[in-house]
Amino acid sequence: MQCDFCDSKATVFLTQLIGGEMKKMCLCEKCAQDKGVTDPAGFALGESLIGDGFPVGEESVAGSANDGANCPVCGFTFKKFQQVGRLGCSECYETFGDEISRRLKGMHKGTTHIGRVPEGLVEEHARQQRLDQLRNRLDEAIAAENYEEAAGFRDEIQELETIEPVQT
Amino acid sequence: MRFSTLLKHPADWMTGEAAGTSVVLTSRVRLARNLRREPFPGWSTKERRVAVLDRVKPEVEALSEMKNGFSQELDALTSLQKQVLVERHLISREQAARGEGSAAIVNRKQALCLMINEEDHLRMQSIRPGLALKEAYDLVSAVDAQLEGNLEFAFDHELGYLSACPTNLGTGMRASAMLHLPGLVLSDQIAQVLQAVGKLQLAVRGFFGEGTESLGNLFQISNQSTLGESEDTIIRRLERVIQQVASHERNARQKLFEDDPDMVFDRVGRAYGTLRHAHVIPSKEALNLLSILRLGAELGFFPSETGGTCDSLLMEIQPAHLQLHSGEKLNPEQRDAIRAEIIRSRLQSLDPPAIVATQESEELHPPSDTVADS
Repeated sequence: MQCDFCDSKATVFLTQLIGGEMKKMCLCEKCAQDKGVTDPAGFALGESLIGDGFPVGEESVAGSANDGANCPVCGFTFKKFQQVGRLGCSECYETFGDEISRRLKGMHKGTTHIGRVPEGLVEEHARQQRLDQLRNRLDEAIAAENYEEAAGFRDEIQELETIEPVQT
Repeated sequence: MRFSTLLKHPADWMTGEAAGTSVVLTSRVRLARNLRREPFPGWSTKERRVAVLDRVKPEVEALSEMKNGFSQELDALTSLQKQVLVERHLISREQAARGEGSAAIVNRKQALCLMINEEDHLRMQSIRPGLALKEAYDLVSAVDAQLEGNLEFAFDHELGYLSACPTNLGTGMRASAMLHLPGLVLSDQIAQVLQAVGKLQLAVRGFFGEGTESLGNLFQISNQSTLGESEDTIIRRLERVIQQVASHERNARQKLFEDDPDMVFDRVGRAYGTLRHAHVIPSKEALNLLSILRLGAELGFFPSETGGTCDSLLMEIQPAHLQLHSGEKLNPEQRDAIRAEIIRSRLQSLDPPAIVATQESEELHPPSDTVADS
């Protein structure tokens, strides 16, 4: 079998999951060394290989990056979530935020909490919700080239942001 | 309260003593809560689970609602005792599978049950007889409000209360009701009704049995979505749908009785005969016949307290209850014999259905007040 990168005989065979798809590669000794395949610490190789003509969608790159990330609080991985459907701790929602919010659509009636808020957080919750609302309206105003209105929203956002967040 | 005391005094919602339980037997609301930045029980170590337990359990026990309640760590219970609690719906199957670092706390009235280190750090549930979701929510919400003063629950401004499983995010609330729907089953309307309910983002499942099979014509309806709607909105929609299903059920019973009284008499009479005289009865058969007996009581063929007897029996003929009753490990054949024995003794003084008498006097319509839910 021939090396995927030169004409030499392939002696190193690499199978890797990239974005949920199985990629197989055959490399010769030299190319393998160059690409860091034989280096056990070289697990950032996914990127170098992707750059070498293995196009994968943006989404799956993000996915594979998350596969490796650990929650700083509890060490949970996204891969584990895909296996068990449960998360490791409350902080995981921050760590794997994008992946999880993508899955929430269709699971629930909405994606933003409405309802009971712990008593100590009521004020802060109201502030956060107002900020979200203002940011959306700011985007809308800019899109509509309504700059006067946008400036008003910007000022209000800045004002709200300078308030010390209530300790959560 | 000790385990034996708990067993000796079943809750009001287990025995059908309360009024207005003819279609909706019970209402249940549970809230899922977790401690901030603490690994969820499924991903935690034994040491940390025990630490969470030591932190949460005293707070729960100190609640005024939990005074003189039942509080037990799961590893201190035998597997039979755990199974009995599952059959009484006081703890979940998942909780029963857990040991060290997990606990169940039940209040004296058994209207509130709190599980520590189930799938989430804290699962609080309230069960009330009849259709009373709001009452159940208020009870459990009051407990939540008291606990949040001393425990820091994981909460996100976008996602609400954070739970181990994303299906519980937001309110962390699952509200459900158990419905007895023999009329809709006998008139073959059940699939249609359940399908309609399913389209409203509500989940329906048989209460006993696996998958779609429903034994004893008992069904549970619950909310599926927990994020994006307030507790109040969810409960109000659920109550409205349940009321509609209950009204369909009452109409179906009435219509069955008017269209085909012989079939109804036959079913009720056979159920009575078998339950009163069988010496070997499998669980499935018993549950289905008790359902018909219960229907008979609501149609006025038996004294009104018969319905409550049926509800108690539903619980008493479950495997762990049978084993506890007999005091030894039972094989399936022995269980079927003891089940029949318990049913016979409970129905000993029940007179045959008052069908012949009504037929002779040509008063075929059931008294409407016994059919309707109050």
